[in-house]
Amino acid sequence: MSETLARLTGVSRTYQKGKEKVEVLHQLNLEIPDGDFVAIMGPSGSGKTTLLNLLGGLDKPTAGTVMVGDAELSSMSNSQLSRWRSNHVGFIFQFYNLLPVLTAHRNVELPLLLTNFSAKERTKRASIALDIVGLADRAKHYPRELSGGQEQRVAIARAIVSDPSLLLCDEPTGDLDRDTADEILGLLQILNREHGKTIVMVTHDAQAAEYAKRMLHCDKGTLEAKEVA
Amino acid sequence: MKYFRLIWKNVWRKKIRTSLTILSVFVAFLLFSLLSAFGFAFRGGVDVADAERLIVIHKVSLVNLLPMSYLNRIAATDGIAFVTHATWFGGYYQEPRNQFGQFPVDPDAYFAMYPEFNISTEQFEAFKRNRTGAVVGQELADRFGWDVGDRIPIQATIWSRTDGERTWEFDLEGIFSTDDPRGSTAIMLFHYDFLEEARAFAKGMVGWYILRVESGADPVQVAKSVDLLFANSPAETKTSTEAAFAQSFTKQFGNIALIVMLILGAVFFTLLLVSGNTMSQSVRERINELAVLKTLGFGDRTVLGIVLSESIVIMLIGGLLGLGLGWVLVQGMAKQMAAFLPGIFLSPGAILGAVGLMIGAGVLAGIFPAVKAMRLTIIDALARA
Repeated sequence: MSETLARLTGVSRTYQKGKEKVEVLHQLNLEIPDGDFVAIMGPSGSGKTTLLNLLGGLDKPTAGTVMVGDAELSSMSNSQLSRWRSNHVGFIFQFYNLLPVLTAHRNVELPLLLTNFSAKERTKRASIALDIVGLADRAKHYPRELSGGQEQRVAIARAIVSDPSLLLCDEPTGDLDRDTADEILGLLQILNREHGKTIVMVTHDAQAAEYAKRMLHCDKGTLEAKEVA
Repeated sequence: MKYFRLIWKNVWRKKIRTSLTILSVFVAFLLFSLLSAFGFAFRGGVDVADAERLIVIHKVSLVNLLPMSYLNRIAATDGIAFVTHATWFGGYYQEPRNQFGQFPVDPDAYFAMYPEFNISTEQFEAFKRNRTGAVVGQELADRFGWDVGDRIPIQATIWSRTDGERTWEFDLEGIFSTDDPRGSTAIMLFHYDFLEEARAFAKGMVGWYILRVESGADPVQVAKSVDLLFANSPAETKTSTEAAFAQSFTKQFGNIALIVMLILGAVFFTLLLVSGNTMSQSVRERINELAVLKTLGFGDRTVLGIVLSESIVIMLIGGLLGLGLGWVLVQGMAKQMAAFLPGIFLSPGAILGAVGLMIGAGVLAGIFPAVKAMRLTIIDALARA
């Protein structure tokens, strides 16, 4: 049995919208073992992205605790969370979110600027990451010179370059055609199986969810397990 | 330094906008360098004034002369190391536009009073031996192409000779220089004795006295004592420090410092608005990117530093270019205008001040957008995008 990488206990998240309080997550409990690949599905507004934000230390719960590895995220300060994110978690967004002024290589190198690695070491690691996603030959291209699929590969390289244990993907194939989406999902599967990355992926796409080891359905702030077909 | 590439790339994100902003910074600092150099010339000797030198002039004005008999009485005053005198000759060389300072002095006492002037012993001795001899500063010798041995006719505008002649001829016996780059050497010195002997009027009078206070003596007290000596006499005195004397001389042209400050104030205020607007737009356009940086682990202070650095880099590019061109122009103008405004000089202090101003203006222009970027909430910013 794998060790638990992330554990959410009694997590609630309430937002204030005008005078009204909206509870997005309600008393949620979740365990994610190390090496898991879990897909979270559910309708819009069901709390999927909020759950991802809590796991990534981008948001804090109103109640309950979020543990990732040894870190209790709910009690950490903003600066502690920044440091923690740079070392332990990689993010993959629906719209890639690459910096348009930097080449693919420099985009991938960005998280390494927060480390003490030398410029040479940073270059080496960024090259390896680009090689893993199959884009070594596009290192000097700017995002505008890449296709959507290639941009998402660069984003994946950026997410894995600092070797985090956890990858959080928010609709990673939402902006891609079916074939390209399958390529990206295949790549995530490789990262999970061969590189041991724990992946939590939010998606609307049932076909995408099938690449995961397990599927959770999120609705009205609660989670429910579903069988992967 | 590892963030420099990111900062540099962000600066040039909108090339035309950044270029226009840099152009406005460039113009502001070009103006700054020119006005500083001119202000320096107008301030004249203020910056090179010696705190231990006092100047004694007629209480009414610098134009009124003082009796030579005051010399010994001033020298006998407590707290004074030694005294000398000088007089404004007010002549020109060949054409009225070739005006510069000529001063009849006591050579030994004058050079002892101004140790910053360097002249070779041979030339100085030759000067002392020749009653119609003169020495000039290197700046003046360069301007007119004079060399030792030249005979220099000076047309007097004030002092006519006993024979009615207004042309005074001098033998150039030496050329002096100064180690202080701020000091002007566009002057000519000759024997007071020659003036005294040959002038048609005002014999036994000098323009002003220069005195050095003894080390440890209070210059203010010494000045009061000197003025008290001649109180209620036909020629009362006004004694001030060399700096105050130079300042009062400069004020004849109006308050140059205030004019310069007002012009620069207006220019820099506009500059702050232009560059502040550039930085605000730049941050507004990339809220999403800043949120991504924060998501990757860039801390609030790092993001603040990156945005502020962008603003400072823009100021430094435009500012250093403006300062550089200003420096080149000042070199040219200093030579061209040495005739009527000597001492145009872009001082190291002004250059350092300009660099400080660039950094300060960069911080001011960038601080609000930078704080906005720092306070950005990742979730809100990503949701907005």
